[in-house]
Order: sequence, then structure tokens, then C-alpha cells
Amino acid sequence: MDKFTTLTGVAAPLPIVNVDTDMIIPKNFLKTIKRTGLKEGLFYEMRYAADGKKLDFVLDRPAYQNAKIIVGGPNFGCGSSREHAPWALLDFGIRCVIAESFADIFYNNCFKNGILPIKLPKEEIAKLMDDAERGANAVITVDLVNQEIKGPDGGTIKFDIDPFRKQCLVEGLDDIGQTLQAAPAIDSFEASQKNAQPWLSMKI
Amino acid sequence: MARKPAPVPAEPVKPRTLFDKIWDAHVVERRDDGSCLIYIDRHLVHEVTSPQAFEGLRANGRRVRRPDLTIAVADHNVPTSNRAAGIDDEESRIQVETLEANVREFGVPYFAMDDVRQGIVHIIGPEQGLTLPGTTIVCGDSHTSTHGAFGALAFGIGTSEVEHVLATQTLIQQPAKNMRVTIDGDLPPGVTAKDLILAIIGNIGTAGGTGHVIEYAGRAIRNLSMEGRMTVCNMSIEAGARAGLIAPDETTFRYLEGRPHAPKGGAWQVALGLWRRLPSDKDAVYDREIVIPVADIPPQLTWGTSPQDVVPITGVVPNPDDAPDEDRRSAWKRSLDYMGLQPGTRMTDVRIDKAFIGSCTNGRIEDLREVAAIARAAVARGRKVADHVHAMIVPGSGLVKEEAEREGLDKVFIEAGFDWREPGCSMCLAMNADKLKPGERCASTSNRNFEGRQGRGGRTHLVSPGMAAAAAIAGTFADVRDFR
Repeated sequence: MDKFTTLTGVAAPLPIVNVDTDMIIPKNFLKTIKRTGLKEGLFYEMRYAADGKKLDFVLDRPAYQNAKIIVGGPNFGCGSSREHAPWALLDFGIRCVIAESFADIFYNNCFKNGILPIKLPKEEIAKLMDDAERGANAVITVDLVNQEIKGPDGGTIKFDIDPFRKQCLVEGLDDIGQTLQAAPAIDSFEASQKNAQPWLSMKI
Repeated sequence: MARKPAPVPAEPVKPRTLFDKIWDAHVVERRDDGSCLIYIDRHLVHEVTSPQAFEGLRANGRRVRRPDLTIAVADHNVPTSNRAAGIDDEESRIQVETLEANVREFGVPYFAMDDVRQGIVHIIGPEQGLTLPGTTIVCGDSHTSTHGAFGALAFGIGTSEVEHVLATQTLIQQPAKNMRVTIDGDLPPGVTAKDLILAIIGNIGTAGGTGHVIEYAGRAIRNLSMEGRMTVCNMSIEAGARAGLIAPDETTFRYLEGRPHAPKGGAWQVALGLWRRLPSDKDAVYDREIVIPVADIPPQLTWGTSPQDVVPITGVVPNPDDAPDEDRRSAWKRSLDYMGLQPGTRMTDVRIDKAFIGSCTNGRIEDLREVAAIARAAVARGRKVADHVHAMIVPGSGLVKEEAEREGLDKVFIEAGFDWREPGCSMCLAMNADKLKPGERCASTSNRNFEGRQGRGGRTHLVSPGMAAAAAIAGTFADVRDFR
């Protein structure tokens, strides 16, 4: 996983409530067995009409084609657990989503893929949404180490983040490698559970 | 004579919720920041969210730590007609073949497409007795919340976490907050678990349970069958909660006893003793409490593109001018435009093109019996599925199908004009060939009415199985209470 320390880039505005994972990546793109190449499917039904014509979706406008950040509406990422949603965002080049609130599974999936989801109060989102509406001229810097966002006009917004998740992003840590170091604790948990509830480890 | 020393007062035990008890019993390691490494007792795997996880294991030379606690099945992509012909769509076929190759390579038990036990992953776990009270269950699928009906802590995870569980049989998690939704009173006739959960989501909203595990309690919940409880817990995720929970009781134990993987003999008695201690302590404190009276709930359905867009069947399409805030107003406008509906239209005047009965929400035997009751009553009055409606019934598993056919329900369905099909996820998310065409309107017993969910441009209204059957026969949405 790529490390995340600071990110400077254009932010695209997506002022829609309940952006669900079916919108982010429709089901016909879930048949892949890879993690890459999913940008084709990102917001597909909002980007293309049924006849294949482009619909002038925000990420297709010249100002936002290289966007690295999305400023979204509340309850961003609700719906299914598909990690294809963050994979598609990442494949497009989005490394940060800023919204008033997120659905739990999507929020969690972002961290596993080096994407930083930031929760901010409604007023701060409104301000960033205004900045984002200004297009390519409005570049935002997200500084994870110092937990602050610098807007195009020099203003600074602080944000909160879970320290463990921050550390994993900043250092680009592999969760599984870390957990495997706890193997002795897992072994002893299994031994005591086998003793107390032997039916759980019954062969399926 | 020396006085006996006073007994040392025991440390007061903090009353715990059902969630707290399951969580505490699965902590392998606690970390300084409050997150825990928790042990996973059951891992359910399907073809859509697992290929990249197995690939990750392979790339790092890792094995599946506990294949014996893992079960795999293909459900999302499988065809629901002419199974013998295999899977037509190349990508779908490759995804299922990839799962089959992975389970062989890593030694994971698998129910193949021609196995009678094949079905939707959340239907087969309970059916096989793999879903047990007090356990932790995960799957790369948000509707894993279904299993909470048994008092199991069950939640959906992404593919990176699927890989983590395959490799370590654990997950790193922050404990959720506790929320209790109490439904007192009795459900009126014709009103089902589906109406109840739709009403709850309409009440608390799709982000109402975010960060929480919802424990459902109260008389109306206690009186539900296991099938009904699974329907309620299934849609916890539509209320924003990763998991739903219902305390195990005699209804739970009756359902489980004798299932293939439930404990047997002496172990059953020991298990019962443990399971009876799981319900929340009397004075347990919840971070959030909601009480919803049910006496006056009519059958419910959705009108928009979010599961919180709920109206009673006796109601009308709402007007965005009446929305509680600006965000909601613009969302309602967008929904009405997508759904092709005018404010003020009576729901019973809305005409449908398709009905879909099935999914992990409503694809169990009790759901099919409910549909059969409506179908029988219709046939007795000389009515059938309306000419302009295609009404599919997709059983949740091979065993549900077998049971329905044993009870003769298939004949009732076919006589009434329903299309009786093979088990799978089918048109709930339309990854296989079953999908809506643009503009088609569907009465669906599934769980999500998002834009494009059942096919691009398709218009989904979430309903109970009885309501779907009534709509199929009437050709418009109809009050199921008039059809019984």
C-alpha cells in the first residue's frame, strides 16, 4: 500500500447525499478478478448515458480530470461492502474523500487502500465545496501528518483521525503482516476456545 | 473468638449488552488505542469479493489459517434457469471458476452449483447450523448482518479484510456503539418482518445506525419466527448499522436443534447453557435507545431510491416541498425524477412491470409460503399474475427450493402465473442475467432500491413477499390485506 503523508491536488465537488457503492461502481464491473483497471467503471451510470454518450459528469470535465480529492455529501459510500468502490476511486487517482459522514464499511475499506476519508462538520464541507466548485484553480492540500487541510485561499481546517489508522496510512503498513506477529496470542485463543466450545471447530 | 473476616466485596460487574458479551469473548489482543484483534468463528466466502483476497495470499506465500471455519459458495453470478447449461456470461463464468480453483488450492469447503445445499451465502449458513449464537461471523458482503438474528455478531467486510481473515482468522476492529430498537406491541395481520424493518429504516434513516450495532428487542421481535428475525437483521445495513442482533431464545434453539453443524448430544446441552447467558443484562446501558410502537403500521413500501424513502401502502408519493431539509429536498427531487413518479400519486395507482421475490432478505421458506397463500387466494377467485407483469420467484437455496416443492408450493406458483426458478442472488443486484430494463418498475422483496441496482434505469420498490405477490396479481401496488 502506498504511503499517505501529504496530498496536493484538485478537489471535485459531488454534493449528493447518500452516494452509494452501486453509484460509485455498478455491478457489471464487479465481475473482475483483479484490483486494477476499475476507473472505467467509476460512477459509470452517472458518466455515460445508456447509449454510451458522455453525460458531463464532474470528473470528466477538463478542470477535474486530474482530481485527487472528492468533496462529497453526507453518508458517502453507503450500501454494499464492495471494495471495488475504493479500488475504482484509486484507479482514477482519487486519494482522499472529504464528507460530513461516511458509511462504516466504505470508510474502513478506504484505509485498506491508502485512501484517506476525512469527516468534517457541515459548515467546513460547505466551504470546501465552494472551493471545489472553482475547478482547477482551486488546489487543496491535505496534510495527514499534521491533520490539516489548506484551502486555495490559505485558510486551514483541522481534522480528527484515529491514531492507529493514521499510522497505518502514513507508514503504508500491511495489516496482515502486523497481525501475524500476534500468532502466539491467536494460537492460545484457539486452544482455549477448543476446550470450552469444541463444536465450533467441527469440520464443516 | 476471632471474628470471621468480612468477605472481600467482589468488583462490581458492569452490566453488559449482548454485543459486549460476544465482543469480550472474542478479544485476542487489546491495543492501546481501544481497537482489538478479534477472533472470527465463521468466514463465509463468495465469488465476487474473494478473488483478489486469494490472489493476495498467493502473492505473499500465505495459506488459509482455518479452512475448517470457512465455507465458500457461488451465489451472485449463478443463473436461475437452465443450470445444466452452465454460465453463459463469460466474466460471470470466470469469476465462479476462479472461486472453484481457489477453494481447491487452499482447501476450503465449497457447495458447488449442482449441490442441493448451494444458495445465497446468508441463507445457507443458518440452514446448515453454521450460524450459532454467540459466534462471530464475517463475509465479504454487507448483508452478513442477517446472521445476527441468532445472537451472533455478524458483519460485512471488504476484500482486504477477507484476505486478513483467511490469513489470520482474526480482524482488527474498534468496538461498535450499542443501540437498542424496541418494538412493542403486536404486528397487525398482513404486516410482516419486512414491513417492520422498512418502517424502522424510514424512522431512523439510512445513516441512523452508523457506528452502532443495533439490538432489536420488544414483544414484536420476540414473536417473530427465525425467518422474520433474519429479514429484520438483514436490513440493519440499510439503517447504517454493520450488524443487527437479536437475543437467542427458545425460538432460536428450536430452529437450530438437529441442523447438520449444530452441536449434538451432550455438546448441545453445554451450548444451551452458554447461549442462555448471552442476552443483555437487565441494567445494560445503550448509547442510543429508540422505541417504535407498531400497532398502527400498515404494510410498507419504498417510493424513492434510498431505503429510507418509505411510505405506507395507504399513502401517496411525497412532495419535495415537504422535505425536512434542503439536502433531503434535492435528494427527493432526484429520486422522483429517476423513479418517474409525480408527487401526490396514490401508491396503489402505481403500475408495475416486474415482481421479484427472493434474495437474502426474503428468499426463505416462510416468505414463499406467504406468497403461496396470496397466490392460492387469487386462483380461488379466478385471478392470476397480471398479463403485463413478469413475476419471478427465486428461492434462497437449493434446500428452500426442495422444501417448497415438497409442500407443493411450486405448483401453486406456476398455476397462478409466477416464474419458479433456481436459487441465487438473482435480480436483487442483477449480476446474473436477471435484470430490469431501463424504465421498468419492479415490486421487489430485496433490500436496496438504489439507482440502477436491479438493472440500469430500473425502478425498484422494496416490499414484503405478500405485497410483491399482491402487486404482481393486481398489476399495480396493492394492499396485501385485501388479498388474504
